[in-house]
Amino acid sequence: MGLYDIIFYLFAIITIASAVVVVNSKNIVHAAFSMLLTFFGVSGIYVLLGADFLAVVQIMVYVGGILILLLFGVMLTNKIVSVDIRSGSIQVIPAIIALGAFAAILFSIMTSTNWKSESFEIPTTTSVELGNLLMSQYVLIFELLAILLLVAMIGAASIARRDKE
Amino acid sequence: MYDFLINIFGNQIVAYFVAAAIPLFLFILPYALFAVLAERKVSAHMQDRWGPMRVGYHGVLQTVADILKLIQKENIRATLTDKVLFNLAPYLVFVGSFAAFAAIPFSSWFIGSSIDIGLFYFIAISSFVVAGILMGGWASNNKYSLLGAMRSVSQIISYEIPTAIVILTMVMITGSLNLQTITEQQTAYFWNWNILGGATFGIGKFLLIPLMLGAFLIIYISTLAEVNRTPFDIPEAESELVSGFHTEYSGMKFAMFFLAEYANMLAVSFLIVVLFFGGYHSPFGYIGNSIGVEWLVPIEQFFWFASKGIFFVIVQMWLRWTLPRLRVDQLMTVCWKYLIPYSVAILLLVGLITLI
Repeated sequence: MGLYDIIFYLFAIITIASAVVVVNSKNIVHAAFSMLLTFFGVSGIYVLLGADFLAVVQIMVYVGGILILLLFGVMLTNKIVSVDIRSGSIQVIPAIIALGAFAAILFSIMTSTNWKSESFEIPTTTSVELGNLLMSQYVLIFELLAILLLVAMIGAASIARRDKE
Repeated sequence: MYDFLINIFGNQIVAYFVAAAIPLFLFILPYALFAVLAERKVSAHMQDRWGPMRVGYHGVLQTVADILKLIQKENIRATLTDKVLFNLAPYLVFVGSFAAFAAIPFSSWFIGSSIDIGLFYFIAISSFVVAGILMGGWASNNKYSLLGAMRSVSQIISYEIPTAIVILTMVMITGSLNLQTITEQQTAYFWNWNILGGATFGIGKFLLIPLMLGAFLIIYISTLAEVNRTPFDIPEAESELVSGFHTEYSGMKFAMFFLAEYANMLAVSFLIVVLFFGGYHSPFGYIGNSIGVEWLVPIEQFFWFASKGIFFVIVQMWLRWTLPRLRVDQLMTVCWKYLIPYSVAILLLVGLITLI
């Protein structure tokens, strides 16, 4: 087991452990903050896979944007701690069946797929190729996404606007 | 540099870790110690006082003594604070602000990590600081802390937008996200710096100069707000909120917030230096090149980089002791009604000019 593997398992443990906390925590702020660690772990794994751009986007969008928004929402609500979060276990047997089936499907996909494994070369840079692809092959999708975001932004602004009497 | 470290440690990953950690221990921590002192001295002299005079010659060792004192202090934690988050928050802020230095090129010989997405990484990693501030403010279980944290985070998030747009403008001109490449494009003399239109000589260069001055002012104002400095220090506002999100912290945890603030000031100054003021390049050419001593050049480059960075830190201190604090509504007006529209206009104009 090389250093690379150790780092991978470190990030994997961070991701999974904090994800468990997100699900099980009784305190909603604790849950939100451990989601930060989950995102961090995932972006670490992206870095190890050579997807540096994706890793930074992960941190920027999720930690810098969505998580902060979430925390703002949580903190501005009254009575954060006394909110009764239902995280008990109900419907145990159906859950086990569904989980088992899902795990079996995932495992069979994992073993039966012909994974691409010929190149061990980790790309040194991804941003240039990503940019070229976004501006040539996927330019329609890129523009559509931009329009979607614009529509969402205008919608949010018009919802938040004060009504004129 | 990397080859040298890889030879020592025999492992690429370990070598990269060490390379990324070197600037922290050799430069940033000593800098932070003396920046605190410099702030006190600058403020004192601006107010016609002496400032700290007792420890060492004219008080030069004052901060060292302060840190020694803070290390010995008891870690006070009020009963009703959230234990885990309260203890974690200073580390998150500290790590977030010091991690930004990994992507900054200190000289042509040394850069912590020459990643191709350096600028992007620089913006993204600062979101950990935001999360840490929010964490500390909430976990303190104190209304002043929470208010300070809320103000701080909303301010940082708002002012990230003009910063990001100006950075986007610079990326359009330079065509790179790598801080080292951006520096290398602004070679040796000061008329090649981006603030004076960049290295390519032509009609575009002269059209860019006024836009670059505007872009520089916008990014300087908005980074000033991002590091919570006066006139944008409503998150700390001593006269209203005790001291904002770190009211409840004492001892070394307080010192970590404090050192992180000064590290942040230097980080944004370095960012501005790289984007607009030629990074580590000397304005007048190198002594090492003219007398034919090759190894002198990186040292000179480090000297110029550090001096430019520290110059902008001193300007930040100067502004702090000159300008009054903005109100919350003025703060938001400045950001949303002035800085963002102007930065978008500059972005569009620069886009047109680069087509010429």
